[in-house]
Amino acid sequence: MKILLSWLNEYGDFGDPTDAVAVQRVADALTSLGLEVESADVIGETVDGVVAARINRLEGHPDAAKVQRVYVDAGDGQERHVWCGADNISEGDIVPLATLGTQMPNGMKIERRGILGIDSEGMLCSAQELGLGDDHSGIRLLPAGTQLGQPYGEALGLSLDVLIDADVTRNLPHCFGYVGIARDLAAKMGVDFRPPIPATVITGDARTTPVEIVDGDRCSRFASTVISGVEVKPSPEWMANRLAAAGMRSISNVVDVSNYVMLELNQPNHAYDLDTLGGGGFRVRVASDGEHLTTLDGQERAFSSADLLICDGNDTPIGVGGVMGGLDSEISSGTTTVALEMAWFSPIGIGQTVTRTNLRSEASTRFERGVDPHGMPLAVLRFAELLSETCPDLVVHAGGADAQSSDLMPADRTVSVRVDAVNRVLGTTLVADDLPALLDPIGYTVSGAGETRTVVLPTWRLDSTAEIDVVEEIAKHYGYDRLGSSVPKSVLHGGLTERQQRRRLVREVLLGLGISEAMPNPFLAPGALAKAGLPAQAISITNPLVTEESVLRTSLRPGLLEVIAYNESHRQAGMSLFEIGHVYPPSESELPAEYEALTVVLAGREAPAAVAVWRELAANLGFGARVDQSKVPAGLHATRSATLQAGKAPLGAVGEVAPEVLAAFEVTERVAILEVNLDELLDRNAKPAQWKQTSRQPSSDLDLAFTLSNNVPAEKLEKAVRQGAGKLLVDVSLFDVYRGTGVAEGHRSLGYRLRLQAGDRTLTDADIASVRRGVEAAAAKLGAELRS
Amino acid sequence: MITDITAAKDAALAHIVAATTVDEIVALATRYAGKKGEFANLKKQLGGLDTIDEKKAAGAAVNDAMIAIDAALDERRSVLKSAALVAQVEGERLDLTEFFAAPTRGHAHLVTQAWERLEDVFVGLGFTVAEGPEIETDWHNFEALNMPIGHPARGEWDTLFVDHVPPDGQPGTTVLRTHTSPVQIRTMLAEEPPIYIVAPGRVFRRDTPDATHMPVFHQIEGLVIDRNITMADLAGTIDAFTKAYFGPGFNSRLRPSYFPFTEPSAEFDIQRPDGSWIELGGSGMVHPNVLLACNLDPDEWSGFAFGFGIDRMAKERHGVGDLRDMYADDKRFVEQF
Repeated sequence: MKILLSWLNEYGDFGDPTDAVAVQRVADALTSLGLEVESADVIGETVDGVVAARINRLEGHPDAAKVQRVYVDAGDGQERHVWCGADNISEGDIVPLATLGTQMPNGMKIERRGILGIDSEGMLCSAQELGLGDDHSGIRLLPAGTQLGQPYGEALGLSLDVLIDADVTRNLPHCFGYVGIARDLAAKMGVDFRPPIPATVITGDARTTPVEIVDGDRCSRFASTVISGVEVKPSPEWMANRLAAAGMRSISNVVDVSNYVMLELNQPNHAYDLDTLGGGGFRVRVASDGEHLTTLDGQERAFSSADLLICDGNDTPIGVGGVMGGLDSEISSGTTTVALEMAWFSPIGIGQTVTRTNLRSEASTRFERGVDPHGMPLAVLRFAELLSETCPDLVVHAGGADAQSSDLMPADRTVSVRVDAVNRVLGTTLVADDLPALLDPIGYTVSGAGETRTVVLPTWRLDSTAEIDVVEEIAKHYGYDRLGSSVPKSVLHGGLTERQQRRRLVREVLLGLGISEAMPNPFLAPGALAKAGLPAQAISITNPLVTEESVLRTSLRPGLLEVIAYNESHRQAGMSLFEIGHVYPPSESELPAEYEALTVVLAGREAPAAVAVWRELAANLGFGARVDQSKVPAGLHATRSATLQAGKAPLGAVGEVAPEVLAAFEVTERVAILEVNLDELLDRNAKPAQWKQTSRQPSSDLDLAFTLSNNVPAEKLEKAVRQGAGKLLVDVSLFDVYRGTGVAEGHRSLGYRLRLQAGDRTLTDADIASVRRGVEAAAAKLGAELRS
Repeated sequence: MITDITAAKDAALAHIVAATTVDEIVALATRYAGKKGEFANLKKQLGGLDTIDEKKAAGAAVNDAMIAIDAALDERRSVLKSAALVAQVEGERLDLTEFFAAPTRGHAHLVTQAWERLEDVFVGLGFTVAEGPEIETDWHNFEALNMPIGHPARGEWDTLFVDHVPPDGQPGTTVLRTHTSPVQIRTMLAEEPPIYIVAPGRVFRRDTPDATHMPVFHQIEGLVIDRNITMADLAGTIDAFTKAYFGPGFNSRLRPSYFPFTEPSAEFDIQRPDGSWIELGGSGMVHPNVLLACNLDPDEWSGFAFGFGIDRMAKERHGVGDLRDMYADDKRFVEQF
């Protein structure tokens, strides 16, 4: 919400716009009310060199469709030629002309710049270009009769002002109007609040425009007042200036007053030409599916039963309720009698239409947040008062329609407020008698006695419905900064769970192995899973930003392979990466079968490197798993990969990415890979290691080499060695693997070093010979032969 | 005989002094001082002397000679050993600056680094860390948080919906969580108060990526539910966090704002030692409707919640100019941190 400080000052003496300290005080007070001040800019500084000029004539140019040639007279007896792209100017208008050499607020200097070889001797200015607000929709027209050559600031009666831009949150619907802001601000700053009190009275004879509300849940109140004696003409400058500050261009007195009342009282409204209003009345109903209407912005739109239409007495649509009028319902220059609509539309209904049609307006923003359903009578009179400034013969007729549905919010909503509940939430030590002073000034009327008071909620605070809403108002007006600061005395102590500590250990181990952490996008392109050799079944986003990021990963593999491919393409080969992240396989349950996964990819490395990483991780976590090469995981290298089996459940996979998968991702290096279901790994708590007494007896080493078929895993032989060696074995390690001369085709030699030790004596040759025999026999069962 | 002894001693001492290696010393020790060495032999010859006096004198001379030789051997051995060590060490000289290979340590993701720092600070303040699923039900993500179906504030979350349909459920009711607040709901449903948790995690919004926004990002939320928890406790906890995380010279303030799930609601700002302010996150007293949704009586239990972005903390700590770079996993970026 843009707040012009001089305008706000009409409702209370908040601060002189030329006094920086006072302006800061206002900004701070707004912030302390929850209206976060984004900016507070000084405006109204005039631009030297911009003067009033009259348009003598306008010409098109055959080669320039978007601009016109404008000939202007700036009162110095010399006709100037400028180019202009605005379409709101016509012959005889007085306009602000920036003469050659003028330095504009945005830094641009006006130069003799031409189009199509024809010079432009200056520029006609919009309100925005002159720093008068946001309006850039046309040239800022100057009052008729302005002396030519007069600086535009004088002509407009400009003075220095401050434009504050404040964020209006959803719980402050009334702050889309000046009066709503001023009431709260006056209470906060301790200044007198001066709401507008219209002097207008209803004098005219009774004239009624019948109103029928068909869908009362969408529109609970619709008032129509007939006002005659209207003369459509330009607005006074003060009003045009204020609207310009709000980003609205002055159009005519009737439209401007309509906007002004909306900004002042937060009551959107619409004036219809009664003489052209079909059937002389209104009908408010939802659209039939496919019903069409051309809205004020010139677009023809189709509506559905989710949208509310304002129709005339003949049931012909003339506007979209609470959002935008129809193009044909605009008043014309000849309008003399209007039917003034003031209505209340349901926020949820407005939200539906805005979301569905993407059509928004100043009115829809206000109705969507919630407008005062009981503010209409005042707004009608204020409208008439303001319009009578330019229409002295204005008459407000009696007999106005005020149709109401059963959904109309009552004006006397109350809640009980317990002072101990206030103190319990805020930590304050208020007494019940403190409540009226905090609440009455902002329209929450406190009554009753005792510890629980009755509070009548203001009709403009649709957000307020419960005790806690009143507590928040108390907190704001008491002051958040006065609530104090304490630390809760918790009986608990902080800490990470076992699972969280183990996750950190996994990271530390991997980082220590020189592997870095990646976080690629969890949203995959359709087909990415299949490309990685994985089942394509997955959950999809129904409203993705882009299709390439619409599939939820069921594996971390595709994302990491993309990262390797990306880095390879930037001459960064050999990346070692891991990712810890959630994957989301589909399921029939309430939620997908989401779990936490770990994947390690080692570019430029072969399968043994991934096995080594697994061994390191497993050792650190006190975790065992069988490396089962008989089951080749999908998408991995058929002869260099294995399933990790922990009990019956597969825990993951280790090995190398299949060559065809690498090719599909355009990765040229080999990639060793480890994939683990981290939930399994983290949730299984390792028992603390138990002490085994270290022997004081000397140990002996025994080296044994076996020939074993390639088809039998070395892991099995090691198991056999352990079994065969018996109790004297304290350690065994595979120290040599050899294929070649001296070893039969399809076989390899596996050399194991056994460390033997007894707890109570020195080993004898007989002991060692016995171990040797045991091992030999156990190995023989696998078809392994001891090499001599 | 004395003359022979003296001559032998002088010869032996000359040999010893002339020795240049420890090996030579070993050989000389055997030759002169060994059990079968020259002087041992001389000792054996003492019996052949005629008189006691001669025997005594010659015996003393041999002993003196042997003592002198032992001393000379020890001294020479020691000198040669030292020299050998010096020579060995000198011969093993390395220029260590030749071995400045690139470090091979792995790099934790910046988000992880910030995440763990934040967890550690909150653990120090007495919080435990709670986690939950990233795909959520509409109920946990919105409804239980005082945003019933049709609530206008829902639109502000730019929610991503997925095509998962729960059994007996409606399509369009499963979402990628837009905040970690559903973890608060799950915790309140599963555990009895008192509750002191932080919930860090990945969240999702339908936001086009730019320098400061990503559709996938991370936030951390805190929740305290206990008896007699007040808004002053919220202010004090935010301030304790501010000082623990940023440093003792930093301050914090609460300023009114609006969130559907808290009331009163507040934004919290952090003041740097130079007086400037950073807007950090949102907070407030847990809304009674949220407590009721989690079967907690608002007249018995009260609490506060707060939340802010993790990515932004990482971004500002390391001066990262563009969030998109943080998620590109480019080696040149990864290895900077």
